[in-house]
Amino acid sequence: MLSSRLSTGAFRKAGSMAASRSTFLPSTKVRFASSSSSSNAFESFMNSRATLASVSLFTAGTIAWYTHLYGTLPFLGEVHASHLSDEGLHPPKYPWPHSGYFDSFDHASIRRGYQVYREVCAACHSLDRIAWRNLVGVSHTVDEARAMAEEVEYQDGPNDEGEMFMRPGKLADYMPAPYPNEEAARAGNAGALPPDLSLIVKARHGGADYIFSLLTGYIDPPAGVEIREGMNYNPFFPGGAISMARVLFDGLVEYDDGTPATTSQMAKDVVTFLNWAAEPEHDERKKTGIKAVILFSTLFALSLYTKRFKWGPIKNRKILYNPPTDKTGH
Amino acid sequence: MPLSTTIYNTFFKRNSIYVATVFSAAFAFGISFDSGVQSFWDKWNQGKQWKDIRHKYVQDAEE
Repeated sequence: MLSSRLSTGAFRKAGSMAASRSTFLPSTKVRFASSSSSSNAFESFMNSRATLASVSLFTAGTIAWYTHLYGTLPFLGEVHASHLSDEGLHPPKYPWPHSGYFDSFDHASIRRGYQVYREVCAACHSLDRIAWRNLVGVSHTVDEARAMAEEVEYQDGPNDEGEMFMRPGKLADYMPAPYPNEEAARAGNAGALPPDLSLIVKARHGGADYIFSLLTGYIDPPAGVEIREGMNYNPFFPGGAISMARVLFDGLVEYDDGTPATTSQMAKDVVTFLNWAAEPEHDERKKTGIKAVILFSTLFALSLYTKRFKWGPIKNRKILYNPPTDKTGH
Repeated sequence: MPLSTTIYNTFFKRNSIYVATVFSAAFAFGISFDSGVQSFWDKWNQGKQWKDIRHKYVQDAEE
């Protein structure tokens, strides 16, 4: 396109000009010697051996200093033999009943998971942020939740004499903690603190998949891996050595709905329960999300249509130029 | 009388009728949209929600 607009003569002219410039470079230099003296000084500075030597020295010194400070060369990647002890084995993706965009929690699973938590996990792990009332309408009836709360004694008070007293639990009470404080929890578990499980699914990379993998992933340490006394090997745990021993074994609990209590079934149920505990708004959130997507995509389509409707005449108009008529000719 | 004229005379001619139409249409749409999404949700998640398993645990049906 460009060449078609330019004449061939222009190209020839440009080529000859470039050739003449290179041929007569010394003469032009001489000609403009007075006006280009500063650039000459700059060039001689750039080409001098002293500059080269000092810049090389500066570069080498900087790199040496950096290496001395940080121990590695700058801008050079390092290759490490990657080991699972760095971050633990990544969990596989599991097809949870609640993992789809439209899927609610499996509430029967939440109920079984609560049973597993109560009978197994609650021996060491607290669940601070869940109250008995939260179970109502999710996994238990009001009467069941109230009965379970009344089995636990809570401290209340002060009474008229200014003394604290114990009373049976109410629906508004929170789940009882296995240990009164963190120090007691550490003392009871060889220095390791069992984390609170209220938000554990949100608090771990991999979420539900990770916790399921962790609970079912206990194996013997592979050859060459030393596990200290009192620790257990789990490839999914960062570092590989976890204080919690394997707790879920086939037939450990007896489900009241007759589901066979295998290890993986219990792990799935308790993880579903913990996922609910971390995201109690989950079902409502997804339902609201469906509504929001429908409404907002409708509004978006409407706004697109309106824009085209309003701009159509403007985009399609044709501007005509009527030249002024020559009045003198008439 | 064409349909557009009928619609115009029925809903748009008087402002009181127009506003009342907008309000009642919004009300009706809100209810029907919510119940529509709810019924889809219940169908999709059949057997998983608490209301589907509640009957197993309610005792004596609250006399």
